[in-house]
Formats: sequence, C-alpha cells, structure tokens
Amino acid sequence: MLLGLVKPTGGRALLLGSPVTDVHVRRRIGFLPEDFRFYDWLTAAELLDLHGRLCGMHAAALRTRVPEVLDLVGLGANRDRRLRGFSKGMLQRIGLAQALIHEPDVIFLDEPTSGLDPMGRRMVRDILRAQRARGATVFLNSHLLSEIEVTCDRVVFIKEGEVVASLDLRSPAQQELRVVAHARNVSGAALTGLRAWTASAHLEAERLTFTVRSKDVLPDIVRHLVACGTDLLEVTPERVPLEEMFVKIMGEDRGL
Amino acid sequence: MSGIWVMAGITLREAARRKILWTALIAGVVLLAVFAVALRLQVLEFQGRPMSPFLRYQVEAGMLMVGLYTCDLLAVVMTILTSIDTLAGEIGSGTIHAIATKPLARWQLLAGKFLGFTGMVAAFVALTFTGTVAVAYAVTGVLPEHPLRGALLIVFECVLALGVTFALGTWFSTLTTGVLALTLQGVAFLGGWLEQVSGFSQSAHIVSLGVASSLIMPGESLWRRAAYEMQTPLAGSLSFSPFANVSIPSDGAVAYAGLYLVATLAVAIRHFADRDL
Repeated sequence: MLLGLVKPTGGRALLLGSPVTDVHVRRRIGFLPEDFRFYDWLTAAELLDLHGRLCGMHAAALRTRVPEVLDLVGLGANRDRRLRGFSKGMLQRIGLAQALIHEPDVIFLDEPTSGLDPMGRRMVRDILRAQRARGATVFLNSHLLSEIEVTCDRVVFIKEGEVVASLDLRSPAQQELRVVAHARNVSGAALTGLRAWTASAHLEAERLTFTVRSKDVLPDIVRHLVACGTDLLEVTPERVPLEEMFVKIMGEDRGL
Repeated sequence: MSGIWVMAGITLREAARRKILWTALIAGVVLLAVFAVALRLQVLEFQGRPMSPFLRYQVEAGMLMVGLYTCDLLAVVMTILTSIDTLAGEIGSGTIHAIATKPLARWQLLAGKFLGFTGMVAAFVALTFTGTVAVAYAVTGVLPEHPLRGALLIVFECVLALGVTFALGTWFSTLTTGVLALTLQGVAFLGGWLEQVSGFSQSAHIVSLGVASSLIMPGESLWRRAAYEMQTPLAGSLSFSPFANVSIPSDGAVAYAGLYLVATLAVAIRHFADRDL
C-alpha cells in the first residue's frame, strides 16, 4: 500500500512527508519484492541500468553506479551474464541491487535473505548496516526472526493487518530477560516474594527460572532471595529470543 | 515523461525478443516466397495466351491485394499474440511489482508499453508490406494506388488490436485475454465480410448484423478501407473480387475506429490505475 501496489480503502499515509499516492516520492524509495521477478533476458548490468533510469538516474551516473552496486552485492564478475542463468541466491542479490541503485532514503525489503546461503545472509546484513550508516531507513519484512534480531533497531509485529506489538531491540529497557538461577533451599516465601518483579517464576529441582523486563531489577531479586535463606550458586540473565516473543505475542499456531 | 520512453524502449526490446515475432517474420518471408512464385507462374501463364493488357493488369493488381491481405492478417495475429501477456502476464507473475513501484504513474507505464509495441508493429508492417509490394512490382510491375495510406491503415488496424489486448490484459489472465482478443478479431472479420456480402444480397438484416459486428470491433473495416485506397477504381468495382468496393467504410467509420482506440486505451489506463497489483 505504501508503494502503491495495493489501493487503500481509506485513511491517509505519508512517506517522507508526501502522500503515498505521489509517485515522485518513489525516487527516494527502494523496494525488493518478496518474489523478485524480472526480465530474465537482460544481463545483470542491463537490469540495473533499466531500474536506475526508471528512477530518473542519468546515463553518466549509471555508468559508475552500476558496477559499484554489482560489486556491493558480489555480482561484479557476472555483470554481462543473462539473468536466466542466475541461481536463486544470485537473483536475490540482483534484486537487492536494483533496490539500492539510486541510493534511496527509505528501503523496503521483503524477505531479502530468502534463498541466500550463510555468506549471502551475512552480506545482506552488512549492506543493511551500511545503508543505516549512510542515513537510510530500512523496512525489513521477514519471517527469519534471527535475522531481524541481529539487523534491526525496532521490530513491529503485525497480526491480521494490525500492529499488535512494537519493540525497540536496541533499548535495554525493552529487552525482556530470562534469568536462570542455580539455587538451593528456595522457600515458598522466596517464590511468593518474586511476584514483585515477575509473574513467571518456576522452580524445578535446583533450577529457578523467571523473566524480567530489565536487568536493573536483578540486584533487588538476588537480595530478596538471599534474605529468604536461598543459596544462590549461579545467576545467568539471557535475552529472550525474538522467536519466543513472537509466539507469545502472536499466539500459538493452531494449524489449518 | 522520460519514464514512458524508458518503458517504450525496454518493451520494444522485449517484443523484439519474442519468438512469435520472429516466427511471424519467417512466416511472412515464406508467404512472400509463395506469393512471388504464384505471381511468376501467373505472369508466365498470361504470356502463353493472348490477353488484353488491361485485364491482365487488373488480375495482377487483384493478386497484389491478396498478398497485402495476407500481410494484414499476419500483422494483426502477430500483434495480438506478442502483446497478450505484456500486462496480464506481468501482473500474474509479479514482474510488474518492481516496475510499478518506480517513480512513474501507472498510465505512464502502460503508455510506454503501448508505444513500444506500436513501434514493433509499425516496423513489422513496414517490412512485410514493403516486401509484398516490392515482390509484386518486381514480378508484374504493378503497384498499389496509395501504398502509404494503405500501410498506415493496416498499422492502425494493428494498433487497434493492441489497444483491445491492453484493455483486456488489465482485467483478465493471459489466456483469457488471448481468447477474447482473437474472438473480437473474429467478430471484426465476420462483420467485414457480412457487410461485403450484403452488397450482393441486399438483405437489410445482414447489413445490420455486419454494421453491428463492425461497431463491436472495427478492425476489419480499416482493412476494407485500406483495400479501397490501394486498388484502382476499376479493380475495386469488379464485383467478383473479394476486395470489391461493395461496402466502402467511410471517413466516419475510420474516425469511429479512432474513437474506439481512444476508448479502449482510456479503459485500460483507468482500470490499470485503479486495480491492485
């Protein structure tokens, strides 16, 4: 909808301060569709030249920019090869290249690491970081939550078209932590007292686990447990994986 | 505006790569060869018996019209077959996603593709038409009366078919677009011949049916006007010829075809601009 592929039924949306219906603003937008299709009879360089010209770039600028972007996505050696001979990973790379050819301010990437090997995924991560460093905003749509975890600053969960949760992954205040403690002599009072900081305390043999919103509360929890006579042998806070948060926020998959 | 020309250029290149275009060109060359042989045989046959130069000229001019009609049919079919999936196919496959999100309006995208195909069609007609006329002239010395008018009307007929294919392509899948476009072409063909036959039968019903068919799809009436423009008045008046000037489409009919083209493009642009991709 933001890119004009789907017509909105109502409401108003702005991109870089302009209504999404304004096609001129798309000069500053890059987009990689999930299933990037293309004219496969073009060579890699020709495809980038086409997309660059559609974005309003001049021939002189494209002469230097096309090889630059091909090198960026690791396809410099394949510039004159027709796309129909490319592997899925190479096509994903050229798709990413066409989204970046005009150095857009906002980049929408739909499953950019789909079909890529680990080296390719690392390359995408590096490119996205470079884009962020030059000031571009990258919208990354992905079901590979581990990729999002290591790449994104913010994550938004969308369910049935509505934002159901939003997290700032770089903000310690918003990082939910799972704490695993090796503890002995945990009394009922000690467990009950934990409710002041967490609703998820669970004791199994000598393994006490609970989640907290911030590690700032850990000293208070440790003091409480020790005061209640608990012997603490080890306390390990770890970040709750995004996948776990996803399941918690979106609910279990009930199947078809 | 530059986006339109970029799209026109890439569409022209894409169209030029279509196998169907080259198949049609090869078919055109084969038909031209058959046409040349037939003309030559006819000339030799005429040389073997006493015949009025006037009658001989009329028969040879009639054969030229057969060649040009073949060229016209081939051009229209090639136009439809090369263009049916340019919109429907790209929408269906998702190829359009990376293009339609570029800074050009949907109408510019469609106009660029339309111009690209128009360029290809014009080049195809120019080649086959010139080839046919050149062969006929080389073998018989006969030339059409107004070749430029004829060629332009044939290009117009193809562009009309292109407009219809584009309009259908914004609504339907590639296959449905192809079936409907060819069906409409069939209606046009039928309409043209019904109007032609009505000249002999004098049946008001057949005239009405022919006119109605030509209104639904006016492509064939453009060919009949082209035939009228390219024949000598006498050849056109010979009622035994399938290209006889029995029912000549008027300037109004040509203008109607022009309005029809504008309307199909308007429908195509409107629906393409409004639909989800």
